[in-house]
Amino acid sequence: MYFDLLIPSQLAGALIPDLILIIGAMLLLLVAVWGPETMARARLTGMLAIGVCFATFAAVVWLWHGQATASAGIIAVDAFRWATDCIILAATIIATTLMIDYSEREQLVSAESYVLLLLAAGGMMLLAASRDLIVVFLGIELMSIASYVLSGLDRRSSRGAEAALKYFLLGAFSTGFLLYGIALVYGATGSTDIETIGSVVTGANFNNPLLLAGIGMLIVGFCFKIAAVPFHMWAPDVYDGAATPITAFMAAAVKAAAFAAFLRVWIEAFPGATAAWMHPLQWLAALTMVGGNVIALQQKSMKRMLAYSSIAHAGYLLVTVVVANALGASAFLFYLVAYTLATMGAFAVVIALGEPGERNQQIADYAGLWNVEPWLAAAMAVFMMALLGFPIAGGMGFFAKFYVIDAALHAPHPQTALAVILVIASVISAGYYLGVVLVMFMKPRPADALVVRPVPTGTFLVIYLSAFTLLLFGILPNGFAALARESVPIGMVSSPARAPVAAAASR
Amino acid sequence: MNTLLYTFHFYLFGLISIASAVAFVTRKSPVAAALWLVNTMFCLSALYVMLDAQFIGAVQVLVYAGAIMVVFLFVVMLLNLGQASDVTDMRGLGGRLTAGLVGLAMLAELFALSRIKFPRLTGAMGDHANVVNPISAPLFHEYLLPFEVTSVVLLVAVVGAVVLAKRGPGAS
Repeated sequence: MYFDLLIPSQLAGALIPDLILIIGAMLLLLVAVWGPETMARARLTGMLAIGVCFATFAAVVWLWHGQATASAGIIAVDAFRWATDCIILAATIIATTLMIDYSEREQLVSAESYVLLLLAAGGMMLLAASRDLIVVFLGIELMSIASYVLSGLDRRSSRGAEAALKYFLLGAFSTGFLLYGIALVYGATGSTDIETIGSVVTGANFNNPLLLAGIGMLIVGFCFKIAAVPFHMWAPDVYDGAATPITAFMAAAVKAAAFAAFLRVWIEAFPGATAAWMHPLQWLAALTMVGGNVIALQQKSMKRMLAYSSIAHAGYLLVTVVVANALGASAFLFYLVAYTLATMGAFAVVIALGEPGERNQQIADYAGLWNVEPWLAAAMAVFMMALLGFPIAGGMGFFAKFYVIDAALHAPHPQTALAVILVIASVISAGYYLGVVLVMFMKPRPADALVVRPVPTGTFLVIYLSAFTLLLFGILPNGFAALARESVPIGMVSSPARAPVAAAASR
Repeated sequence: MNTLLYTFHFYLFGLISIASAVAFVTRKSPVAAALWLVNTMFCLSALYVMLDAQFIGAVQVLVYAGAIMVVFLFVVMLLNLGQASDVTDMRGLGGRLTAGLVGLAMLAELFALSRIKFPRLTGAMGDHANVVNPISAPLFHEYLLPFEVTSVVLLVAVVGAVVLAKRGPGAS
């Protein structure tokens, strides 16, 4: 399949998955509001949303399998996009499943939340595809606006309202940085197309102050979205205040999509200015890894602990952006799969054990879980080990960290210091990940502990399928790793061909 | 001469817009701040016209200085954010006299202009006749996708506003 992106019908062809998702979301909006607001209708909307996600998934796999290619243009048609799409859709399906069970528990009737989840996923898929800074901006806005609303969904909760307002204000602020950065980069290079920017930004002319300011602003804007230290201040409060399935969605999918766009822009647009952004990004990665983990150590609430842990993971993922080559991109994809499954699974356990009103979510409430719910405790242990990167018991988590370290050490500019910091940060993170395991397995169950409710079917499936997948591909990582190796951005595939041309031109 | 005039106008509008922007963020009263923002928008549209982008200049006035700012002011006044003591149109006698004189002068100008026949400016119009095309062509070809995605972004904003503002089944 070949798409000429300048012809509108073929552009639509290259966007079939995105179109299915967004049109599906619009039709679902009609289903959601066509009648009285009841729990049954909300549940139906949620089920249909999962159906739309699976249809989109099928379209993505069809295009991926058909090895679709396209002319250079506003969106990318490459394996990196399809792989990221699959991760985003999996996260959306899981979040929707959890949301259905969570709404039932909290008596939260909101059929529109599923529409917003789908539209946010649509923005994320655009981010994964974008090869133009304008599309990056619109994708981020689509994703963010939906997330602002989702975090304030439960209007009975004052913490939810605080989270939504905080997220909205800081999100709008960071969007300003991003947009200003895009404008400055456009001013310096005369284009918003990242391939054109990449061909203009070469070693000789990267000292243009306009371009440097633009790159700086872009770094700030992206780092706000991925919650890297010191731009992480909003994350713990927002993650803590939002409904737990939405927190899981934000911690996994929103972060993944913002990172995918970050990585693609950095790999394709700014390899010529490496000297300018290398040091700031190294510092950001190091600060995020250490800062996120050190603060996570002191958390008492499970949700806050997972929020800081997701900040720390942003730091590990930033290492792949610093590396900014094919190896980094494939390590990034592998890491994202493991991180998404483990985070989603951990939040699913939090939902399974939570009580109405978001109670029973302190780490201390998990004491002695092994004695009453051994399978649940075992699954949670797998997720914690996976986030820690423990071999065998952590499944894919170990290989995810392994590939990131491998990419860091084999980069054109070897990032030995970052690899060392990554290992040290992981050791620090053992303090709280293993702390949860310790509490669950070693502490006795307190006499006044609440009886665990039966786990709803959807949450049950999410928990055990995630744990099973993590363990299975932890034993057999080769297939996944090979797939990740092939799924690099299109700019990486063509760059060896472009290099001799550039060399010839300079002669 | 032409270049000098151009430079003069560039600095004139540029400085006024920057000064208005500074005033916009420093005013205490939201109404005054909003009016300064209108002023900034007007100066920007003058700069667009100087860049031969007359259509953008006109749209800037219509959309930003017009529609958006009116809605903005409307919300400010509905929420009653402006301090009543600050917002007053009852100025001193001098102000009223000046306003009356300016009004009279404009009326006289209108009267005079309707009587005197100026030679029509025709020649220069040819270059600028086609000012919409350079915007519309990229908008519907090169940037078709961003244009369409914008509508989805607006849809999300509308749905989100309704979700957050509507009365829930449990609420009274």
